[in-house]
Amino acid sequence: MLAFLLRRIVATLPVLVIVALIVFLMTRLAPGDPAAAILGDNATAENVAKVRANLGLADSLPVQFGRWSWQVMQGNLGESFFMRIPVRELIAQRIEATMSLAALTLVFTLIVAVPLGVIAAWRHGGWLDRSLMGFSSLGFSIPVFVIGYVLIWLFALKLQWLPVQGYDRMSAGLWPWLSHLLLPALALSVIYIALIARVTRAAVAEAMTEDYIRTARAKGISEKQVLVRHALANAAVPIVTVIGIGIALLIGGVVVTESVFAIPGLGSLTVDAVLSRDFPLIQGITLFFSVIYVLVNLLVDISYLVFDPRIRY
Amino acid sequence: MSDPTILAADPLAEEDAPLPARRRRPLWHKVLSNWSVRLGGGFLCVLLLLAVAAPWLGTIDPTEMDPASGNLLPLTHGEFASLSGDTFNHWFLMGTDSLGRDIWSRAVYGARVSITVGIAVAVITLIFGLLIGLVAGYFRRLDGLIMRIMDGLMAIPGILFAVSLVALFGGSMMTVILAISVPEIPRVARLVRSVVLSVREEPYVEAAVALDTPTWKVMFKHIMPNATAPLIIQATYVCASAILVEAILSFLGVGLPAEQATWGNIMAEGRAQFNQFPHNVLLPGALLALTVLSINILGDGLRDTLDPKFNKRGE
Repeated sequence: MLAFLLRRIVATLPVLVIVALIVFLMTRLAPGDPAAAILGDNATAENVAKVRANLGLADSLPVQFGRWSWQVMQGNLGESFFMRIPVRELIAQRIEATMSLAALTLVFTLIVAVPLGVIAAWRHGGWLDRSLMGFSSLGFSIPVFVIGYVLIWLFALKLQWLPVQGYDRMSAGLWPWLSHLLLPALALSVIYIALIARVTRAAVAEAMTEDYIRTARAKGISEKQVLVRHALANAAVPIVTVIGIGIALLIGGVVVTESVFAIPGLGSLTVDAVLSRDFPLIQGITLFFSVIYVLVNLLVDISYLVFDPRIRY
Repeated sequence: MSDPTILAADPLAEEDAPLPARRRRPLWHKVLSNWSVRLGGGFLCVLLLLAVAAPWLGTIDPTEMDPASGNLLPLTHGEFASLSGDTFNHWFLMGTDSLGRDIWSRAVYGARVSITVGIAVAVITLIFGLLIGLVAGYFRRLDGLIMRIMDGLMAIPGILFAVSLVALFGGSMMTVILAISVPEIPRVARLVRSVVLSVREEPYVEAAVALDTPTWKVMFKHIMPNATAPLIIQATYVCASAILVEAILSFLGVGLPAEQATWGNIMAEGRAQFNQFPHNVLLPGALLALTVLSINILGDGLRDTLDPKFNKRGE
């Protein structure tokens, strides 16, 4: 057990190193001199050289990468060029909104997608199955910001049930917090529901053809038990895997959704950083999100132990 | 003249001649008789015609603005005074934006951008994904290293990666296409690699290697054809996702320059006044969704007809 956990954790290390290398090279290979960008248009050549030396840009790339990785491992992601605040602090300020949005989206998705997928697989080829597949093709095709604006138009402008935009911290109370997140989470969950419902349907449908389902039915247990205890339980591994892979979709969606709903989270921080070409901030956020993605997928790997007791590496 | 009955009675003649035709035709027939392919392909043909025939479809220069006729509703008729001094009557089929640019013209010309980006990204992704996947699958020594790099690339969420790349390298057609392609390449490479791994030990590949066939020939003539069908299917999905991501980049203000006519730019411009004029966001949005949907439907149809694994299950 412990050996398995250790091996999985060690296996993610090379991926993390490659991610760090890509993120590092991305900003170093970009055209334009950060030193010149900091100093503005009136910089003299000596000043630029001085700032370059201060920033450590004069050293060779491997030296720079070594120093940068060492700092990152100590939790130091550098300082924003324009706001003069440590990147780590900026991320910490914004993380609550983004995590709230992502968590609520995940809850919506699981509540809707898994039961839909199971029922669609159970009534394979029926009207619900076919409309689910239609919905899921549609869900993959409508951009999240269009869904967001349709929801704003309907629920915030026409019906006036929910606020149009913005975010209230959790400390402001449950309803102010939740009311600002309902529409964005709904918009963001559409593509995720499309993905997970599709995979659940396929995985459960495959499990339904197995002999143990026939045995379970022959035993005389209720159809609900057959579906949940036998079919769904055996389909858990592919479903959990896709939830993990889908985190990448979710992170991309967060960037867009936060922009549409003016939520001050990591997504809107990304867009601000990108529009002002704030290299350390772009680097820090990209690295942060990628590490989250790798860690979530590590958790998914470990969760196989629970969902499929046969797996013992 | 030979007697047709005698010819038909000759078993060799019959077996030799019509066989290639018999094997070829049904595949194309099968593809074209699939309703998903017809539906998705049909809409895309219409869109392609629209993009090609853009200048003759009641459009004006999509960057031309007339502040006096700003914020017109769809289907209004009015006078358009361009900055260069020409004045003419014009039907504003989809209204105008706040700067007085004709949205119909911008949408039709925007289709050119979307189609170009979609096709370019699909082609670039296929070429690089194919090469990387072939090399990784065929040369065991390089496999570990290459696939670790691909894993690293895949760990960076696609949209975030594209946004960062465009921000760092500047927003031009070239950078947008490359920024969207880079995160997609690992997926194609993985697909190709898995095909290579599954056929590498087949007797016909071993036979080719034993006959001293040059390595490139084994890879491209004996192994690659197995990847053709999954690659075509994958290409349609890559194309659909590229069109979506391009619109997202423009919408966030980090894609092509704002004055350029793209669907994302129209929506980005319409955001500020969404309360009064929701159509500026929703009409291009619907066009975008319809385009992506038809590419996905086309891909589903191709998968159903081309993918041998799927066929075997169906038979």
